[in-house]
Amino acid sequence: MPAPLLTLAAIRKRYGSTEALRGADFSLAHGEIHALLGENGAGKSTLMKIAFGLVQPDGGRILVDGAEVTIRNPLAARRLGIGMVHQHFMDIPVFTVAENIALAAGWPPGGRGLRDRVRRLAEEAGLPLDPDALAGELSAGLRQRLEVLKALAGEARILLLDEPTSVLPPSEADTFLGLVQRLRDRGVATILITHKLQEALAVADRITVLRAGVVVRTSAAGAERADTLATAMLGSAPGRPAGRIRAAAGDVVIGVYDLVIPAATGGGTGVRSASFQIRAGEVVGLAAVEGNGQRELLRALAGLVPPTHGTIQVTGPVSFIPEDRTSEGQVGEFSLTENLVLSQGRAAPWVRRGWLDWAAARRRAGELLERFDIRAPDPDVAAKLLSGGNQQRQIIANAMERRPRVLLAENPGRGLDLRATMEVYDRLRHAAADGAAVLVHLPDLDDLLEVADRILVLAGGELIPMPEGAPRDLIGRAMLGTSVVAAAG
Amino acid sequence: MPRDPTLRRLGQALRTPVLAVMIGLAVLVIGLAAAGYPPLPALAALWRGALGTPDAVLSALLPRAIPLILIGLGIGLAFRAGAFNIGAEGQFYAGAIAATWVGLTLGAWPRLVAVPTVLLAGCAAGLAWAAVPALLRVRFGVLEVISTLLLNFVAEALVSWMVLGPLQESKHTYPQSDPLPLAARLPQLPGSRLHLGLAVALCLALALWLFGRRTLAGFQLRAVGLNPAAARVMGGVRPERFFAAALLISGAFAGLAGASEVSGTTFALFQNLSPGFGFTGIAVALLARLHPLGIVATGLLFAGLEAGAGAMQRDAGVPAVAVYVVEAVVILTIVLADPAARRTGVAAPNPAGR
Repeated sequence: MPAPLLTLAAIRKRYGSTEALRGADFSLAHGEIHALLGENGAGKSTLMKIAFGLVQPDGGRILVDGAEVTIRNPLAARRLGIGMVHQHFMDIPVFTVAENIALAAGWPPGGRGLRDRVRRLAEEAGLPLDPDALAGELSAGLRQRLEVLKALAGEARILLLDEPTSVLPPSEADTFLGLVQRLRDRGVATILITHKLQEALAVADRITVLRAGVVVRTSAAGAERADTLATAMLGSAPGRPAGRIRAAAGDVVIGVYDLVIPAATGGGTGVRSASFQIRAGEVVGLAAVEGNGQRELLRALAGLVPPTHGTIQVTGPVSFIPEDRTSEGQVGEFSLTENLVLSQGRAAPWVRRGWLDWAAARRRAGELLERFDIRAPDPDVAAKLLSGGNQQRQIIANAMERRPRVLLAENPGRGLDLRATMEVYDRLRHAAADGAAVLVHLPDLDDLLEVADRILVLAGGELIPMPEGAPRDLIGRAMLGTSVVAAAG
Repeated sequence: MPRDPTLRRLGQALRTPVLAVMIGLAVLVIGLAAAGYPPLPALAALWRGALGTPDAVLSALLPRAIPLILIGLGIGLAFRAGAFNIGAEGQFYAGAIAATWVGLTLGAWPRLVAVPTVLLAGCAAGLAWAAVPALLRVRFGVLEVISTLLLNFVAEALVSWMVLGPLQESKHTYPQSDPLPLAARLPQLPGSRLHLGLAVALCLALALWLFGRRTLAGFQLRAVGLNPAAARVMGGVRPERFFAAALLISGAFAGLAGASEVSGTTFALFQNLSPGFGFTGIAVALLARLHPLGIVATGLLFAGLEAGAGAMQRDAGVPAVAVYVVEAVVILTIVLADPAARRTGVAAPNPAGR
């Protein structure tokens, strides 16, 4: 038996206090499609970044054709015949297909020679694409095809695909997977990173499941079933019950009926159908894999994007904590006082007929510093000079200052250390205890179960309410869409 | 900042502009010496032309400052909202055309009514001229930097056509309009060329300063300029509205400048009415770091340089364009000294007061 094309042996990688990879073993045989499955944070992307030279491992060995190699950077990876397609489009929209490929492959730009070369590449790969089309004008499916051609342009024998279908609508996703199979017939071995079980089962020859930084299972795809894979991904540890003692639920303050919201730019499914109610005093967790409509749903509830269909009934005031602190949650150049004034708008006590009483606003900002334990010398300091945790405390303070009846939080622990994250979760629970309805999305299911009284799952844009106390693996399966498959047969 | 600016803050805010002007003058001196002009007599002539006599101040410096301040105020507002209006020159001409047209028809009106009407006509025309780029930007995403700039050429061509066509003087000899009737002229200080437009400009500067410093809308406008996404998500404002409004108002300011120039200084429309007020106005706003009261000061400074340039050419034989070197060096110094300005092309808002 020949040596595997690519072997990653006992790879270790640590980021700060978290161990992303704890001795992961993975091998890719000649001419196979090998799916790499795992939950968010299981280490799939890190492993692939190591194989492509974007990240250096702390330990372990990499072998190509049985010979040990060091992959210092993506250029070195390309020389070894490794090409990668990233999760997001990496083309230059105003360049043509040919120019984008030339840029990626280091080919001399311009002229007939380049066009012919690109046309030949596309034909050999079985991925026809007009060399003169502008990248920005291609459909998502064709843009993804361009990404693959860019990866292949350096004579790649190994193709790393990082969630390649997450940016595609379903019909184009099927076409794309067909192309990957055609590439296999032409001798290109592919590693397909995905969290979609169906995708892996449909196109892969072998499937490896990664959980918490170690490989828990590698097997032939034909021997696998969706439910066994899901169990492997989620772990067999008994899920903590989601239920907990809580304040008596009050009035319905969020009512959503037959909601449809188009996908935000950048892909994903949008919301295809959602109906639910949330009562005052509840903390409801919104569980979803990236790009399954959670962003759109929260923003529609916050009044930031209009739905195309359906009704939203929300009792105000509504406060929204966006995922990206620095780009949406605050104006970094503004002082804490100014961010407070911005967030409270016209209804604040320091606004009288459109005129501002800065002294009053500054006094209040000073009080919030103490109440929310924001470590800043005074309210005049620019928000961007604070640490991430203190910025988030400030954003939460501003959100709570509106005395919200509805609090929407989009991954509010992002980029925070454990202590700060726990504090944020605590604030959310306090808000509910004070009578707000809280809807929170967190990428980590365990964290979500810790915070939330009950769970709503968004999978493929469909909202599935989970019964109270639903076990972790049931929720995990719903997120992966397997419960739907089971129902369909 | 919520508190009144302290002297220390004021000093910090003034440090860079003062330094920039010093460097600009130093470059002028070196350039003069290198070109064989004795620097001291040239500088003396510059001083005389700008501040040397009461007449220089009242008839050269101050009248020249009026359009610069008005245009600078509008540009300052637009830049604060992130709207890069490079089209003040065109909006100035649009205002001048409208003011001339309206002014020529109002000879029988009482002055107290005719003059405000002329000025408002200028505002409206400047606003309309800016409405095109505003609409293009908000509806179709056309960058206002380009559309405002290109409309300058259209406006200049329009003036040329006007003074050779519909608005040409009665004898159809010269490419200029008839002089405005007295009723349509801004009152002048007797014995000088200084007109009431200065008071209008100062009042508007004060109003803009209060708007930015004390009103919620002025504050939200600044948030839109700094971070439109956060202004929308956290502040609940609609950034495109503020953006468009700021662009329109800055057009109205430039249009007002054109009207006041016709109604207060030249009393007629002709080609090259503006010696580049619309572009110097950008420099005026940037040097003041977009602060309305600072714009009054920098408007006076640039007006002084340009007024002095004439005297320098007359008395010392130095080409008047030499002062544009000073203006250019001042802007470059400001842009280099301000990291935020380097990134965006615009000076950061003045921390000493909004």
